Amino acid sequence: MALTGLFLCIFLIAHLAGNLQLLDMSPGGQLKFNAYAKFMTTFPLVKAVSYLLYASILFHAFDGLLLAMQNRKARPIKYAYEKANASSKWFSRQMALLGTLVLVFIVIHMKQFWYEMHWGPLGMDADGNKDLYTLVAFSFTQLWYVVLYVIMMGVLAFHLMHGFASAFQSLGLNHPRYMPIIKNVGVFFAVIVPIFFALIPVWMFINA
Amino acid sequence: MTKLDSKIPEGPLERKWTDHKGHIRIVAPANKRRIDVIVVGTGLAGASAAASLAELGYNVKAFCFQDSARRAHSIAAQGGINAAKNYQNDGDSTFRLFYDTVKGGDYRAREANVYRLAEVSANIIDQCVAQGVPFARDYGGLLDNRSFGGVQVSRTFYARGQTGQQLLLGAYSALMRQVGKGTVKMYDRHEMLDVVVVDGKARGIIARNLITGEIERHGAHAVLLCTGGYGNVFFLSTNAMGSNVTAAWKAHKRGAYMANPCYTQIHPTCIPVSGTHQSKLTLMSESLRNDGRIWVPKSLEDAQAIREGKKKGSDIKEEDRDYYLERRYPAFGNLVPRDVASRAAKERCDAGYGVNKTGEAVYLDFGAAIQRYGKLQANILHIENPTPEQIKELGTAVVSEKYGNLFDMYENIVGENPYLHAMKIYPAVHYTMGGLWVDYNLQTTVPGLFALGEANFSDHGANRLGASALMQGLADGYFVIPYTVGDYLADDIRTGPIDTKSAAFDEAEKAVTERIDHFLNNKGTKPVDDFHRRLGKVMWDKCGMARNAQGLQEAIAEIRQIREEFWKDVRVPGKANEFNQELEKAGRVADFLELGELMCIDALDRNESCGGHFREESQELDGPQKGEAKRDDVNYAYVAAWEWLGEAGKAALHKEELTFDVVKLTQRSYK
Amino acid sequence: MGNMKLTLKIWRQNGPKAKGELNTYPVNDVSEDMSFLEMLDVLNDDLVRKGEEPIAFDHDCREGICGSCSLFINGEAHGPGRMITTCQLHMRKFKDGDTIHVEPWRAEAFPVIKDLAVDRGAFDRIQAAGGFVSVNTSGNLVDGNAVPIPKADADTAFDAATCIGCGACVATCTNSSAMLFVAAKVSQFALLPQGKPEAKRRVLAMVEQMDKEGFGNCSNTGACEVECPKGISLEHIARMNREYLAASVTKE
Repeated sequence: MALTGLFLCIFLIAHLAGNLQLLDMSPGGQLKFNAYAKFMTTFPLVKAVSYLLYASILFHAFDGLLLAMQNRKARPIKYAYEKANASSKWFSRQMALLGTLVLVFIVIHMKQFWYEMHWGPLGMDADGNKDLYTLVAFSFTQLWYVVLYVIMMGVLAFHLMHGFASAFQSLGLNHPRYMPIIKNVGVFFAVIVPIFFALIPVWMFINA
Repeated sequence: MTKLDSKIPEGPLERKWTDHKGHIRIVAPANKRRIDVIVVGTGLAGASAAASLAELGYNVKAFCFQDSARRAHSIAAQGGINAAKNYQNDGDSTFRLFYDTVKGGDYRAREANVYRLAEVSANIIDQCVAQGVPFARDYGGLLDNRSFGGVQVSRTFYARGQTGQQLLLGAYSALMRQVGKGTVKMYDRHEMLDVVVVDGKARGIIARNLITGEIERHGAHAVLLCTGGYGNVFFLSTNAMGSNVTAAWKAHKRGAYMANPCYTQIHPTCIPVSGTHQSKLTLMSESLRNDGRIWVPKSLEDAQAIREGKKKGSDIKEEDRDYYLERRYPAFGNLVPRDVASRAAKERCDAGYGVNKTGEAVYLDFGAAIQRYGKLQANILHIENPTPEQIKELGTAVVSEKYGNLFDMYENIVGENPYLHAMKIYPAVHYTMGGLWVDYNLQTTVPGLFALGEANFSDHGANRLGASALMQGLADGYFVIPYTVGDYLADDIRTGPIDTKSAAFDEAEKAVTERIDHFLNNKGTKPVDDFHRRLGKVMWDKCGMARNAQGLQEAIAEIRQIREEFWKDVRVPGKANEFNQELEKAGRVADFLELGELMCIDALDRNESCGGHFREESQELDGPQKGEAKRDDVNYAYVAAWEWLGEAGKAALHKEELTFDVVKLTQRSYK
Repeated sequence: MGNMKLTLKIWRQNGPKAKGELNTYPVNDVSEDMSFLEMLDVLNDDLVRKGEEPIAFDHDCREGICGSCSLFINGEAHGPGRMITTCQLHMRKFKDGDTIHVEPWRAEAFPVIKDLAVDRGAFDRIQAAGGFVSVNTSGNLVDGNAVPIPKADADTAFDAATCIGCGACVATCTNSSAMLFVAAKVSQFALLPQGKPEAKRRVLAMVEQMDKEGFGNCSNTGACEVECPKGISLEHIARMNREYLAASVTKE
């Protein structure tokens, strides 16, 4: 979980860096983004990494599911009265739920963009690249879609809020001197990355 | 009458153990596999013995009543463990540890046993370090020592205030290693309810599975009782709730003599009783007396006002306080030995100067220490003309650094901040030096039945030195019994497995079952604790820190009365074949009710003040020691070993005369 | 001190296979100086006098070191308050009129024996799987000072070794994971030179046994550290994770 989790965190940074190009809504921005999208779907090294990514997502999801099931079995009778918040955070305890929501989101998200990019009927832009940009821009004119994105980024934020530092702990990377730093970086990461992701649909909606 | 043969080897003191080990019989490895040993109790003595015997190749069955072997009450020992390592180069040696122990025990212990204890003490430390026991270390990475219990050298090894825990977990891990290998079969939540003696030899036990209630028979070629002390006969003590005398008492009733049962150690620094609901007393480390000053008000009026809550300790002016230990014992002051400090507190409270609701508490005050440390700290920090507040703050920080965990514990239990208000303390029963009589090989008067650790009487005489209990438990288990049990078992290599269907097992099981049935069918009206509480009060008042003949005779009559009522009127709910904690308690209290009487009989016989016991008839009548304890070496330099004569209160006294070839007997003086 | 009246809702279960339920017991005259267990003693005393079955619960030393006591009080292991066991919990932490829920540790690996008493034998089996240094009793071992141990290592090993095996970590963990317990032992020995020779074998064997016992997985919620009466740090879990990863990768 930790290794795939951290790998997915790195992916998030790369994905965000690429997507921030969408904030440039000029015609030049459109061409640049589509060129970038083409590069990301055709360059062999990137393709190789993307298979690793799909595998990581699947492993992270399945392993998480398996662990969650084992954990449920480990306590067949629940407490009648439990003050769980006294000793841990709700999102730390609800990683499986948060993760499942993120997974559902990933499916929707990939159907909407990744599937269409690979196999959908997309038009061509002025440079002859598939016009993913227009699909994105169109999608984010729909309010419900923007709202879904923003909410899901909130879910992702909580998932990361626990997951980032937790991954280091699971790998044994805990040191009294560095753990506070790791925890702070984790919170920073969990807040900043989803905010920027959420910014894109909001920005495109407003500026449509 | 059996003649008591202590089987002390011939030869000079320092050669006895080595020569003995060299000459006693041993069992060959192939034969050890044919021999079964039962170990009852898994504290320091039991866990170390069970592990060591299993390593040697015996088949071991280990029993404890707790839910895990790791929970035996050795775990609660705080201070440390003595060992004559002389790491500090301060003049310690095997001989000095031996000498201090014999003297500290007020010359009522066997020289040869104590010397052996001192001899193997160093091995214990090496063994525990090898097991991964995290003893305190200094910055050079070497083992740290402290001085403990008023001795003149630093020979106490420790692991913060949890030495007993760390040593026990070390022994427990050695035990669990053998359990994992299958060489020890562990029976937790099992209580031994009788010893089975076949043809004069201990050949097994009857145990109750505390979960299912099943009565089980277990045969073995030797039975080791490592079942701790019986301080809970006083109801309130620092012992664990489950600590009991049952195993030792059953052994006594099967022929093992009980030695010096009246020798009880009362620890001076415990948290006082707060009310009738109290179930146990909590000890605070003796180290508190290094800096705390003990006092009560000088006037009875002040004491009464404090008891009624009209005044606080801090309202009493310096000149109106009676620092009675410093007054009576100017040379040692607050650092007098445990027995002296305890008795002095009782004397003041009996005279009406007690400072809590129950009238049984004295102050342990850190005010002066806070001032002293505060000023010192101000000097160190070069603070010129520090304000009183600054001094108090600096001093409090130093005291907190040294004793913080104890202060926290006190505040948690009492609900009062000990940095602001002087602590209240009172003595409490802590350890029993008496126990099953054993010879040099740790064998009781029943062949094949051995007693180790606090369950036996052997090494501490009439008063145990601080940090010596852990030493004795581990010495017996790791380094004595593995040798001496072989000498006995050498005869058993052809015996074959013990038949648990024999008449002796039938009879023992029947007695156990009948007793359980009696409790459950009794239909009395009062819970077990009622009787236990009453017994405890009698014992504490009349067979505690100070005794006299009249009080002891009254106590014997009262205990008989309580016992009679107990059998008639105790109510034990539930069934026999289930987890039934009231039933467990009933059996234990029934045995305490018999032991208590024997303790009083023993105390009555010993018309001398020695060690932890002040016999009021035996005190110095004049001179500088007036009013102090007077030991009587002419008439009482013996071990009193009591033989069961078929019913409670009937016991025959056998005397093992103590001879001192090396140590010269002197009077202890702390003036 | 005032006398408190309380309502207790206590889990009663006749035996391992019986169905249990929360029963309600009013208790009066509770002194704030009582420990929680003494309050239960008073209730039990009363039940016995009335001819009812007293409540079964584990306890022994009553000074916070044996690890026997084990109650889940008002939704928390060992009740409100930190760094204490149930026997060190005093009634002054409660108010007159309070309702207090008392349940046993809940975990598949800790089956209920009766009422509030559970079977924690799984911990012993984990210990037997590898929680030791394989050294026989010997009068001829190297001197205790032959191998100096850095004070910091000895102190950290001690911090881990203070575990009392009470099971609060399992009880409080949303996954019923025993990681803190196992890690405390693994970490203690991993820090000491005496434990090093068997370090790999130990961590693999203990973790394997832990999984076999049916404890859940560690998801690093950190609740165990908060509720641990001895304040054992999550650092030890991280150390065990390191040891485990290294051992898994290099095992032969």
